[in-house]
Amino acid sequence: MITFSKQQLKIPRLQRPVYLVTAGQSKFDRAFPDKRTEELCIDAFTMAAKLLDISPAELKRSIHTCYYGHFADHFGDQLLGESVIHDRLGLDPLGNVGVKTGGATGGSTIWEAMKAVASGYSDCVLAMGWERMDEVPTDEGNFLISCAADKDWESPLGHIYTGYYAVMAQRYWQIFGKSEESFRRTLAEISVKHHGYARFNPFAHAPMKITVDDVLKSPVIAYPLRALDCCLMSVGAACTILCDEDTAFKLTKNTKNKPLRIWVAAGSHSLRPADRQHMEIPLLPHETADQYKDLGERFPGGDRYPGFTGFLAARMAAYYGYGMTGITNPLEDLDVVELHDAFTISDVQTYEDVGLRPYGYGRDYVESGDCYHTNPHTGKPGKLPSNLSGGLIGCMHSVGATGIMQTFEIATHIWNRWEEFHGDEKIWKDFNREKPSDWTNLQVVGAKRGMAISHAGVGSHVTSTILMDPDHLIKKDA
Amino acid sequence: MSMFGQVFVKNNQYKLKGNFHHLTPNTPIRNADDGWKLLGVTNPRDMTYMHSYGGEAIFFESLSQGKLLATRCDGQGCDSQGIIYQPFRIHCPDCLGKNTVIDMTDNAKKTAKIHTFMVCERSGAFNLLNKPIKFINIEFAGVATILMSYLSIGEPSFGMRVVPIFKTSGPTFTILDLSWVPEGTKVEQLPEGFSF
Ligand SMILES: [Zn+2]
Repeated sequence: MITFSKQQLKIPRLQRPVYLVTAGQSKFDRAFPDKRTEELCIDAFTMAAKLLDISPAELKRSIHTCYYGHFADHFGDQLLGESVIHDRLGLDPLGNVGVKTGGATGGSTIWEAMKAVASGYSDCVLAMGWERMDEVPTDEGNFLISCAADKDWESPLGHIYTGYYAVMAQRYWQIFGKSEESFRRTLAEISVKHHGYARFNPFAHAPMKITVDDVLKSPVIAYPLRALDCCLMSVGAACTILCDEDTAFKLTKNTKNKPLRIWVAAGSHSLRPADRQHMEIPLLPHETADQYKDLGERFPGGDRYPGFTGFLAARMAAYYGYGMTGITNPLEDLDVVELHDAFTISDVQTYEDVGLRPYGYGRDYVESGDCYHTNPHTGKPGKLPSNLSGGLIGCMHSVGATGIMQTFEIATHIWNRWEEFHGDEKIWKDFNREKPSDWTNLQVVGAKRGMAISHAGVGSHVTSTILMDPDHLIKKDA
Repeated sequence: MSMFGQVFVKNNQYKLKGNFHHLTPNTPIRNADDGWKLLGVTNPRDMTYMHSYGGEAIFFESLSQGKLLATRCDGQGCDSQGIIYQPFRIHCPDCLGKNTVIDMTDNAKKTAKIHTFMVCERSGAFNLLNKPIKFINIEFAGVATILMSYLSIGEPSFGMRVVPIFKTSGPTFTILDLSWVPEGTKVEQLPEGFSF
């Protein structure tokens, strides 16, 4: 039985408020045979400056420290790639450091940047992430990804990370999904939704107009997961700038970007799922121990926690994040979320870990229509729209950039600038992509608070990044 | 024909024999859509690493001898005292004391059950297993954790009783030397090199 000490459950506290003032990203795609990584990073940085109506050189003059998220050195065959990017961005001699936490690298990079500002060390910090996954063929790429599993105990087993993850999906599928055809269709709907929303995002790597049947007919990768249930392998960069209050208001003066309050929290769990031991479910503010007393009766086999069906790291990231910000019920308190949909089924598992639904009932978040921009059952706005960017399935998974792309997306909703960055004909043209004739504005009207979840592999690291309009805080002293 | 890189240790130093890498030329990457202009270059490379199993070496050696070892914390006063770990952990994750190595082959033969599984149609480069790969995660009586491995015969299902098999002939000295088959499988049915 795993237990936590009181010190370990302490709600994190920032020394001073931290603000997100701008963000930017490059185009995302499977490969960029004609661009170096630094060109993509410069694209992202230039966009971030443009949102503040200043030049990149002007923005650089405010920056004091830099955090670089880049997970897989071996993909790009370049150690200290952070140093290359830092030099090409012309940010020497500022202090900089690389951050690596698998799929959560983007979120962890912002986590570090936030702490640099909160502590007073810096007043303005760059968090930049990227990934270069196109320098090897796909099967070798799968080999390189599998190196993130335990090299002696897991990786030799097929060198296929999807397999190590998919055993967890299988357990969830049979225990909580009860192997129901209706649940399989719900999973497919997530893919349809994310590829579909990607059609309205000029940055997105995999826009597709598909149906549930298309997903169900796509090739099996690891049953019940099919090709269209899986996230992309992308190349691209994204960045954001965090500041203290004075710098934030100075940089955003007379711009359309309102400084947004930002908090990031993190959790972890064993790299090998094999090492997971049974424990009690850590509760979120709107849950009670009673509600899980008979979980094993309602879902036979579902009484082992987190077993192979929950992500303790995500639960802890939510626990700390909600505690910091005063969120008591994420479904009520948040207006928009970007979740780490590595697979359709892990998207559902995450709904439960972060408390959008109780354990066992994640599918209802989709089936109720709550997760959509517009609820398909009622035609009214979805209660808490998720992954309007297209997520990892439709937009991109350029590992080190992913958590930052999600944060960019959330910010554009709260700034009420989503339409500008997704509908502008010029962006579509610059990326050599065709804007669909049925392009739809997915701006969440009146969005004031949002959250992005950044997640590594089988759940070794997870971060929750929470953004709020400073005039709509839940807890005044947060 | 060059010799594979081979290594042994003498006086606590690695001694190397054979070729550890092979030279392959770089070749240009050109753009067929734009006058075959240069875009980049291939960087071939083929290397052999030397990896120490450290305190886990005994686990991998024992697989080749038909034994499944685990560890247990016997630390006095440790909250995790008595907990058995499979995967084999050199140190207790709680008190960080050195765990006791135990032989759990019999336990595995009598109590191993499939907790979850996955039939995987794809693999990464350098995969040595036959496809589809049947990943299984195995629970044992009295063991706190759930081991990941692969099923060599039959179709996996939740709760299915399985028994370990070991590559005792021509072992690879990797985790692939441990596999599983349904209870009741006959010795003649086992894959080449494996025994109970
Ligand atoms: Zn101990």
